[in-house]
Amino acid sequence: MTAPAHDAPHATRPAADDYGPGVAGFEASGGDWDEIAREAIGEERIVVNMGPQHPSTHGVLRLMLEIDGETVTEARCGIGYLHTGIEKNMEFRTWTQGTTFCTRMDYLAPLYQEAAYCLGTERLLGITDDVPERANVIRVLMMELNRVASHLVCLGTGGNEMGATTIMTLSFTAREEILRMFEAVTGLRMNHAYIRPGGVAQDVPEDFTEHIRELLPSLRKYLAMLGDLMLANPIFKSRLTGVGVLNLSGCFALGITGPVLRSAGHPYDVRKAFPYCGYEDYDFDVPTDTAADCYSRVVLRIEECYQSLRIVEQCMRRLDETQGAPVMVADKKIAWPAQLAVGHDGQGNSLDHIRHIMGTSMEALIHHFKLVTEGFGVPAGQAWQTVEHPRGELGVHLVSDGGTRPYRAHFRDPSFNNLQAVSVMCEGGQVADVVVSVASLDPVLGGVDR
Amino acid sequence: MSEDRGPQEGATTEVDRPGGGPTAEVVGERTGMFGVHGSGDTSGYGGLTRLVTLPPAATRPYGSWFDDAVDVLAEVLVEAGVAFDDAVERVVVTDPRRPVEGEGPSRDAELTLHVAREHVVAVCRALRDDQDLRFELSLGVSGVHYPEDAGRELHAVYHLTSVTHGRRLRLDVACPDADPHLPTTTAVYPANDWHERETWDFFGIVFDGHPALARIEMPDDWPGHPQRKDYPLGGIPVEYKGATVPPPDERRRYS
Repeated sequence: MTAPAHDAPHATRPAADDYGPGVAGFEASGGDWDEIAREAIGEERIVVNMGPQHPSTHGVLRLMLEIDGETVTEARCGIGYLHTGIEKNMEFRTWTQGTTFCTRMDYLAPLYQEAAYCLGTERLLGITDDVPERANVIRVLMMELNRVASHLVCLGTGGNEMGATTIMTLSFTAREEILRMFEAVTGLRMNHAYIRPGGVAQDVPEDFTEHIRELLPSLRKYLAMLGDLMLANPIFKSRLTGVGVLNLSGCFALGITGPVLRSAGHPYDVRKAFPYCGYEDYDFDVPTDTAADCYSRVVLRIEECYQSLRIVEQCMRRLDETQGAPVMVADKKIAWPAQLAVGHDGQGNSLDHIRHIMGTSMEALIHHFKLVTEGFGVPAGQAWQTVEHPRGELGVHLVSDGGTRPYRAHFRDPSFNNLQAVSVMCEGGQVADVVVSVASLDPVLGGVDR
Repeated sequence: MSEDRGPQEGATTEVDRPGGGPTAEVVGERTGMFGVHGSGDTSGYGGLTRLVTLPPAATRPYGSWFDDAVDVLAEVLVEAGVAFDDAVERVVVTDPRRPVEGEGPSRDAELTLHVAREHVVAVCRALRDDQDLRFELSLGVSGVHYPEDAGRELHAVYHLTSVTHGRRLRLDVACPDADPHLPTTTAVYPANDWHERETWDFFGIVFDGHPALARIEMPDDWPGHPQRKDYPLGGIPVEYKGATVPPPDERRRYS
């Protein structure tokens, strides 16, 4: 096999040098609009590029809008500005190292990528039944806290894009409290690589449930404040109500899931439909609405945050009951041998573990070395696992060739799929509604482009 | 990219496959351990031979809802003028949980239909429209490149969900590298639009009839299809304290 002949990496050129026959392109850098319009006389079709460097496109989303006055007649998305080849990179790392990569896809919901990937790996290994109860409880707890954190960013940035800075500062303050909990458990605020094939990287700190119990009332307070700021605000309502409508059949045709589908009235939630991590044992509701507009999606997201906190409360009871239970599968050929601990300089390798492998047991050292450098083999085959991501259904397609690395890891990111709805939601509306509609889809471009 | 990378290479341990057994399809053989190739056997494991197996074609009864779904699909396909055996080459059932004696597959079991490429649209339409199948939600397409699988190098895998019945199904469609064409499914599942663009972008599979098959993640003028196995990962060596760590795709690989 020969490598394809390709030049050194280079920046892309403009998508099109001309916009087709009979269409005059022109550039304007300031000046009187009437004069610019006169220059383009006889040509009524104006194509405006919104982004990729635009503060209200959630990162590097490029929107190509054809506008007639203030009305959007056509809207198309351009993506790919954040493509980093994570899926390709994962093919060159062990199955365990894969979590370190996939966690960076959707950076606002890192634990979902980890969970989906690890559940998929466990499917291939055939150890779904062997994952300890406590590991599943910790996964659920972390994912639900992450859902709240992610929804808070969605609501906050969505508000900020309409000029409501207070909503943003409030949301980010609340999110910060959750990130502090993540830091206490995983050592990192984002990109945790905490969920591992077979369980989680380490147990939660001893006083963790106490901290969460202190956190919950303050989160509820922040959510109530956000609700007060947004839900009855006449400006907010007039900007969002009836905007970005996508009905149920549209959602299904375009594969839209998550809050956008539920705002159209269908209570489809992977946690209920195809439970994983023991979600069938938790008591929670799936809020829905029928308005199918941006306002109902805001209401649903706030409602989902409260439901997540309900699940978190149930998790804490289970955490207290399973105190001291293992958080990783018993199979030593799969379980990560390294142990972490908090030292005087922060989180790092556990000194007890280092002492054990370096000082007392040659076999433990060999085992550690083999498993960490080579990894474990996974039976050949393919698996598909989905989880309910804050933005919809996140799917992971894993293929193994029987080796110690994934043969192929594909992530069906909900934001990637949901962005297909931009045309339907924005065409015929105002330019200002584009911002609101895109915000209601809550795309995270790290996940879109991977 | 190393020459020997492929489904035949990679495992050191034979693994128990629930339901696999002696009927499992053998796709390769591996020898030795610790990734030693081409040098003398210093490890003592050089004589070790392991078979790499893929899940075998399932035999009736498949268990769970699988039999019913396949029967209905066969019926609907015949009505549409397509013989079931022409359209579906193989039915595979995989179960991540251990089989319980006397019980069918668990609720996590996965059904894969290997579909002939000329019939993929008819199969999708049947799966979406029939009231007993109703796979109304498509969760996209992903590509896989098997350079060793002569004549079936490129695979497109479709992930379908029936929200109505709470079921999931996977369609696996192959096409040769020399003729990388598949019919588009966007007429049945508009959601597959961007997913097919992505599969074209990364694997070079041409979806005939797609409304706008342009690159989606890579720049428009990018040469090559990066997720193919013959496309190098690239990277630069990293120097640390005088020693050099090679880029990831040139590092040692364990078989």
